[in-house]
Amino acid sequence: MQAAMDFFNTPANYLWIYLLVFTSILGFEVISKVPTILHTPLMSGSNAISGIVIVGAILLVRQADPNDYFTLIMGFLGVTLGMVNAAGGFFVTDRMLQMFKKKTK
Amino acid sequence: MLLSIVNLAFLIGAVLFVRGLSMLSSPETARKGNIYAGAIGMGLAILGSIFAPAAKLGAAEVHNNYIWILAGMLVGGSIGYYASYKVKMTAMPQMVAIFNGLGGATAVLLAMVEFNNFYSADVPEGGMGALLSSALALIIGGVAFTGSMIAFLKLEEVIKDNFLVIPKFHTYLNLLLLAVMLGLAVWVVAMGDKGEMWMAIVFMVVALYYGISFVVPIGGADMPVVIALLNTFSGLSAASAGLIYDSKIMVVGGLLVGASGMILTLLMCRAMNRSLLNVLIGGFGGGGAAGKAGTGEQVVKEVSMNDAAIQLNYSKSVVFVPGYGLAVAQAQKVCKEIEDILEANGVEVRYAIHPVAGRMPGHMNVLLAEADVPYPKLLDLDDANSFLANADIAVIVGANDVVNPAALDDPSSPIYGMPILRVWDAKHVIVLKRSMNPGYAGIQNPLFFHDRTRMLFGDAKDTLTKLVSELKSL
Repeated sequence: MQAAMDFFNTPANYLWIYLLVFTSILGFEVISKVPTILHTPLMSGSNAISGIVIVGAILLVRQADPNDYFTLIMGFLGVTLGMVNAAGGFFVTDRMLQMFKKKTK
Repeated sequence: MLLSIVNLAFLIGAVLFVRGLSMLSSPETARKGNIYAGAIGMGLAILGSIFAPAAKLGAAEVHNNYIWILAGMLVGGSIGYYASYKVKMTAMPQMVAIFNGLGGATAVLLAMVEFNNFYSADVPEGGMGALLSSALALIIGGVAFTGSMIAFLKLEEVIKDNFLVIPKFHTYLNLLLLAVMLGLAVWVVAMGDKGEMWMAIVFMVVALYYGISFVVPIGGADMPVVIALLNTFSGLSAASAGLIYDSKIMVVGGLLVGASGMILTLLMCRAMNRSLLNVLIGGFGGGGAAGKAGTGEQVVKEVSMNDAAIQLNYSKSVVFVPGYGLAVAQAQKVCKEIEDILEANGVEVRYAIHPVAGRMPGHMNVLLAEADVPYPKLLDLDDANSFLANADIAVIVGANDVVNPAALDDPSSPIYGMPILRVWDAKHVIVLKRSMNPGYAGIQNPLFFHDRTRMLFGDAKDTLTKLVSELKSL
């Protein structure tokens, strides 16, 4: 109990918890306004955003020792997979949203 | 100075994620929103992490190794770009499933490297917090990764619903696996720097296997729920990985995706009137009760192609109710052709789209948008039902369970309570159907025997094509 309270009361952790809670609330608020017709682009667009893991992979590669091939290869794979997500998700969403037109041409 | 610029870039990137997603609330702003979030926001995040000074990374020295990063970005970017232009709109669920899996796999990679660094360092950094966030990323990412691969294989119909499942015991097996996985997580975290790499590897294997075992029993018809749920996991795994790297933009981005996936999961469950738990335990597509069997001799009434065409042509308003059958038959374009002919004759045409039409949330809307149907004609459940109340004709193409009145009045039906499209409120109902076989869920549909219903038997695309020529010859 004491350990948990100490963890919670440490200013840095406390700030993190704020960020987690507020972002979750914001996310629910913003996304509940997306209409059903756009739910598929919402999913592929959020796929692109989950490509944000690429940031972690980039930081990993930058800190790796140039002779540490395990970390470099894992990091390279991370950058690659994250980039597939980010680029693929973005382009396919754009392609889809282009199809939604108000009137027939 | 550089530090401030980088920090600002991350902040603006996070704000753009939120702003971009909020612009998805209307089809008019959606495309711009995607550019804000997916291109500019993501671009800033990537540039920020490439140029962040050593101080930001909390490292004494950085080696950069830019060539590895550049190579990864080029390879990943080209694969992503290529895939996004090649994918067919009917295959969007598969693509989203793979992307969910990739996000999860990346989180697993990052967590494993973090474990390795932690155990191999003389003085491990980060302490319990580092192990806790790595364990979180490993669990959520692992389940998202292998779960998504199984979901993909199910969507591709490579594996059938009962693959690898021991009926009745599977739920207990999954609970046991879940307990083992959480136990391993607690153990690895509690052992602290006395732990060793092999523990993390065992932990990883269990998490990966749990993902498989978790998705395997879930019926093919429930894939919309599963994909939305795995979307949640892929977001949360990115957020957990963000905790490892102390990266706020990763946490913000990941949580936004998590929230979006969760909302869609719950919407899909509500649209099928089932609890999430009920979906996860599975079995609906497999052995669910068949409900009330056909009572006595019920007769269906058929309509001829010519009569159907005349009816449509002289009505004031027509509502198409498309199901996934329409997409399977690739008949959206023909449907649109009928719409054009009818509109030219002053008939109002709308499409009634049930939330679970198609194989992922919102799928049918995209398929119709691809066929050039303007989006104001695509009605969601509530709007469709109020439009149907005054409509002359409802045309059902490839939909079945979502127009089944048993959901309203037959408590013994497995779909009882599911919100449905009340197509029989329209003055006439025309059902396009290949034969009298029950639909995917194996449930008999009293709509076919309704007074206002006329059946038009045949292949969907074939029938619609013939309707086009009938309409043209009128």
